[in-house]
Amino acid sequence: MNDMQFLTWVRGPGLDIAVGIFLLGVFWRLFEIYSLGRKKDLSAPRSVSGASGWHTIFRRSLPPEGMLGKSPVSYIGGYTFHIGLAIVVFLFAPHILLIKNLTGLSWPGLPSQFVDLVAVVTLAAMVVVLVDRINKPVKRYLSTFGDWFTWTLTFLPVLTGWMAVQHLLLPYTTMLAIHILTVELLLVFLPFTKLFHAFTAFGSRWYNGAVNGHKGVAV
Amino acid sequence: MSASLEKGVRVLKEVIDAPIASYFNSCVHCGLCAEACLFYTETGDPKYTPIHKLEPLRRIYEQEYTLLGRLGKTFGLSKPVTDAELAEWQELVYNSCTLCGRCSVVCPVGNDIVYMVRKFREGMSAAGHAPEGIKGAVNRTITIGSPMGVKLPAVKAQMKHVEADYGLPIPLDAEGAEYMVMLSSMEIINFPEYLGAIAKIMHQAGKSWTLCSTAFEATNAGMQIGNSDLARVLVKRIVDGAERLRVKTVISPECGHAYTALRWEGANLIGRPFTFAVKHIIEVLGEFQKQGLLKTEGFETDRLTFHDPCQLARRGGVIQQQRDLMNQVAQNFVEMPEAGFMNWCCGGGGGASAIEEGEALRLEAFKKKKSQLDAVKPDRLVTACANCRIVLEEGLEHYQMNIPVVGLTEMIAEHIPEPSAEKGA
Repeated sequence: MNDMQFLTWVRGPGLDIAVGIFLLGVFWRLFEIYSLGRKKDLSAPRSVSGASGWHTIFRRSLPPEGMLGKSPVSYIGGYTFHIGLAIVVFLFAPHILLIKNLTGLSWPGLPSQFVDLVAVVTLAAMVVVLVDRINKPVKRYLSTFGDWFTWTLTFLPVLTGWMAVQHLLLPYTTMLAIHILTVELLLVFLPFTKLFHAFTAFGSRWYNGAVNGHKGVAV
Repeated sequence: MSASLEKGVRVLKEVIDAPIASYFNSCVHCGLCAEACLFYTETGDPKYTPIHKLEPLRRIYEQEYTLLGRLGKTFGLSKPVTDAELAEWQELVYNSCTLCGRCSVVCPVGNDIVYMVRKFREGMSAAGHAPEGIKGAVNRTITIGSPMGVKLPAVKAQMKHVEADYGLPIPLDAEGAEYMVMLSSMEIINFPEYLGAIAKIMHQAGKSWTLCSTAFEATNAGMQIGNSDLARVLVKRIVDGAERLRVKTVISPECGHAYTALRWEGANLIGRPFTFAVKHIIEVLGEFQKQGLLKTEGFETDRLTFHDPCQLARRGGVIQQQRDLMNQVAQNFVEMPEAGFMNWCCGGGGGASAIEEGEALRLEAFKKKKSQLDAVKPDRLVTACANCRIVLEEGLEHYQMNIPVVGLTEMIAEHIPEPSAEKGA
């Protein structure tokens, strides 16, 4: 298989397989989790404005009182790479074009140089949070194979995408094919690893906010 | 697999619901919950990270409720939960967790960790891995009627003393009273002033109230140990008593877990909504204050601060009332750092104070409260939970801090003019 055949495969059958596993996986996992249901709370509710599942979905995006100072790397590093990933994935013109071809949906992108810069900042932030995971006793203690694996799965598409655009190390075609392959790996594993928090974090925040909101506590 | 372990695992499977499944899938191992837990912050030991305390429950979830986990279990690739492991986890689930819920309000993905610990305790207790101290408290509550072994005659004796001291009647089993007042054993034995305070406050407010001979004990060790069957028996006593006397409102005493057990878990335990309201005494005082039924005279002039019981504030939604009440009778009321919603636990909630072997760890964790107190240097510490009060007193004594601890209800009552003086006026 030469470079062109490799690229054709990852763009064709490879992408179909990956997107298929991703979509089926996401639907299955969401069903598997949320179909467990929960019991109705029979205690008399205390209604307080600002205390609900929906409020918590938004409120929990900000650090609670006193927490930013306790773990600045988690918060600043976390914000940086999450926002960075969102910009790189959804606001880079070639990505928007791909999404348009797949779904017909389209929106304006950001200048390529700016996205380049964001990619570098994102990679740097990811390295920082990795070092933090290795250095901080609690993070290291909690870490399993899944943590290192998912970090790699997330890091590689950004790195290879940036390298492809910069024409670094390998010919563009090869690097682009590798980039697409790493994205496909990410899609395949996302529903079955902790990366699935991209979907469940909203449900979790909602439950937490609803359970405590029932008591009139805005969490 | 032993019969008790089998039972424990079965219970754990039963308690897992969609929120728990969502929480386990959302955890990214960021470890921020550790920063919210006083057992971690004061020891620096990562094993006290709240989400780690749930590891056996997480594996049961994965092995029973996920496709990949079930496949792994079928092919013998997953690590089953064992008796030895649960025995090891006892310290993490009971001694080093007071169900304070601070972890649940900081988790960035929104995991309600304390919700899971409470459910995990159901399985731990079923598997026979609850600490002896709480087991004893539960047995005494079921068989004798209270965790400290207090029986009705002791309550009646105290009623007589209080009637004599305050010159006010203490009604027992008065049908149709507006309020049914509950007590905690701690108050009956150690803080009799509470009952006198209630008598004065109710007398001034002109409200009818009563104690109940079949339901005077409010605490619920069944909930603390994590045994819903026993917790239900204890709640049912109160429900039966309240319905027999046809009261409008049951007042939970200055005890955090009694409030959670009755106010938030009670109806769910008995499987139907209550026919009466449940209020913490601080909520009732707050209402009296707003309605102008709480008239006090004079002020405390020394420097006072307030310790928020977790179950009242963060877990119960009563945060402002205690502050308004403090301000009514205290001229020099100062707040500790992170007071109110984010307050730090005394270290002995959730049944932890009943665990003898957990004492050293509890005193270590108390350093958090010590640092909060050192920041404001109060002359006295006010709170609204008899259990917090005992734990605070023990901690303060251990660290040789000379700060008396008082109950808010009693402090308020001290500023209510004597009934005899009122008559004379």
